[in-house]
Amino acid sequence: MLQRLRLYRISETIFLQNLTHMTHAQAAKRFTADVDRTTWHDGALWFVRQKRDRMAYSLPEWEELRELASQIKNHTLSRLDEYLEEFERNATANGIRVHWAANAQEHNEIVLQIIRQHNGKRLVKSKSMLTEECHLNPFLIKEGIEVVDTDLGERIIQFNDEPPSHIVLPAIHLKKEDVGQIFHKHLGTPEGASDPQFLTETARQHLRGHFVAADVALSGVNFAIAETGGFVVCTNEGNADLGVTLAPVHIASMGIEKMIPRLDHLGVYTRLLARSATGQLSTTYTSHFHRPRPGQELHVIIVDNGRVEQLGRPDFRASLKCIRCGACMNTCPVYRRSGGHSYDYTVPGPIGSILSPNVDLKKHSTLPFASTLCGSCSDVCPVKIDIHVQLYKWRQIIGGQKAMPAGKRVGMQLLAKVLARPRLYARLGRVARRMLASTPSALTHNGTINPWAIAREMPEPPKQSFREWYAANQK
Amino acid sequence: MNVALFIPCYVDQFYPQVGIATLQLLERLGVQAVFPMEQTCCGQPMANAGCEADSIPVYHNYVRTFADFDYIVAPSGSCVYHVRKHFNIIEQTPAVKHVRERTYELVQFLTEVLGVTSVDAEFPYRVGLHQSCHGQRGLRLASDSEMSPSRDGHLSRLLKQVRRLELVELDRYDECCGFGGAFCVSEAAVSARMGQDRVADHVKNGAQVITGGDVSCLMHLEGIVRRQKLPLRVMHIAEILTATT
Repeated sequence: MLQRLRLYRISETIFLQNLTHMTHAQAAKRFTADVDRTTWHDGALWFVRQKRDRMAYSLPEWEELRELASQIKNHTLSRLDEYLEEFERNATANGIRVHWAANAQEHNEIVLQIIRQHNGKRLVKSKSMLTEECHLNPFLIKEGIEVVDTDLGERIIQFNDEPPSHIVLPAIHLKKEDVGQIFHKHLGTPEGASDPQFLTETARQHLRGHFVAADVALSGVNFAIAETGGFVVCTNEGNADLGVTLAPVHIASMGIEKMIPRLDHLGVYTRLLARSATGQLSTTYTSHFHRPRPGQELHVIIVDNGRVEQLGRPDFRASLKCIRCGACMNTCPVYRRSGGHSYDYTVPGPIGSILSPNVDLKKHSTLPFASTLCGSCSDVCPVKIDIHVQLYKWRQIIGGQKAMPAGKRVGMQLLAKVLARPRLYARLGRVARRMLASTPSALTHNGTINPWAIAREMPEPPKQSFREWYAANQK
Repeated sequence: MNVALFIPCYVDQFYPQVGIATLQLLERLGVQAVFPMEQTCCGQPMANAGCEADSIPVYHNYVRTFADFDYIVAPSGSCVYHVRKHFNIIEQTPAVKHVRERTYELVQFLTEVLGVTSVDAEFPYRVGLHQSCHGQRGLRLASDSEMSPSRDGHLSRLLKQVRRLELVELDRYDECCGFGGAFCVSEAAVSARMGQDRVADHVKNGAQVITGGDVSCLMHLEGIVRRQKLPLRVMHIAEILTATT
């Protein structure tokens, strides 16, 4: 049996070596090794979750809003082609130039083309997870364009040359002392300075020059409205507004799932978004863009990049309802204790774990397992995505395609064989309990052989199982 | 009323006292439950690991074993949730539909079927209730903090009926303990940390006993309590509802 265990270990090692990156469990282990930082990270996100709770509780119609938001999105996704075309017609009539990009490469090239048409050299960007997904920054920088992220959190991680660890709070993995160090290195602040107000003011002064000098400003899109051909950008820092107001060209990048049919629907989402994301009544800025202002060019790039494929998967279609509030990250007990980078995908946390297998099943095959299936994500989700149900379903696909360690697969098959045979199960149960009782604790509690034992004692095996007691004591 | 006891595999092997307490509790309430020997497991361990197809023979064994009973009662919300929710991949014969509808978590059975509102038990300790996620959010046995500020549920209501029992308020009413089936070993670091945090919440708020409706969570929490040698006891709710002094 030990030999078999060892074989499983070896097969698992081979499986893991074939992956070119760390599994979620490996990255999470590294994160949790810093106990105090894990405590802090968990607490910071739990604080946001509690703020969200107070907001949700204060609206008696909260559940009604969620249901409405869910139904509107379900409907929209069922006729997405029609609404996208309606949006394009109306936007074009408003003077917006609409582009379609099938994938990240096309999106990036369209952006570059627009910048080049204006002999642009400098781009300021407000927050856009889509451009992270498309890896726009490295692409443009290679083409000689200066790219400056103007959202404070985004700017911090841009300095630090790392991806966001959260979709709403991109630098939540960094403490103010870390930010102080980064600013010392990149902006010349005094060493050890970590006062948030001082650091923020420094960033403001630093960014101001870039805002003024920008040739092109890029923003994301929170909601695109088919009926009006306009779109809405929700931010807190005003950086999107300042950027697109100063620059002669505004590019807005959106995934196809950002559509809502009518302006009337917008309020449902703006009420849910800020409350769910940060526990605010509304974002500081909810900016509506319907046409270019005089003398400005306004472009919208509509991006697929795998979304149509996800739309074609009945079990996973609902993942496209996501409005990117990040509440599922804040609530996820695993995310809070493993950090966003452990997911190694643009969108981390529970929602990322159901989106990423669509993009690359093999690479992200451990993400649907980075969950206890506690279901908190589904209940916190403002558009009622059944996230934990989809996690379970991705697991089955991964199991079915053998995209998991062979040891685990064979182990599960064996276990199933035993559990389908009551007498064999009873006999093996008795043997296993005796073995556990007679094997030295040093072996049963060796953390390498038995990961349970890294922090937990094994249950003390009783002399009698319940069924043995029952057979002896009941007729 | 023809009631079967379903004692999930790991409870059968490691926590027979929970099965015995379940049986006794039902007896005291006038229900003579029987334990069919052909039972094994609900199939959840394989299914949650992504191998639900392998679980199908286990599902069939479950259906065969319990199809003739009016009710099937188990001291484990997670297994009950699995039967109700995930037996959808086999043909939905009348027998399958029957066991899916009639498998109940113990306290759910007491409350929803028997209409029990009070129990004759005495337990003079400060008790922390761990809301097991599959019972709470899966079977909706209690409100959850995502949807409501209410802290109400089947288990807490019955515990409040126990004489001299003091239910302690936890900082986090319904945080997952981190067991999660195979998760407890495949993601051992995070699982352990979650369990440690969960136990610490109970300690901080003065609990002497951790209880809950799911032995799997309790096994995990007990493992941590014993490793840390904490002065805490971990008991299934059936053991408390049958306690007398």
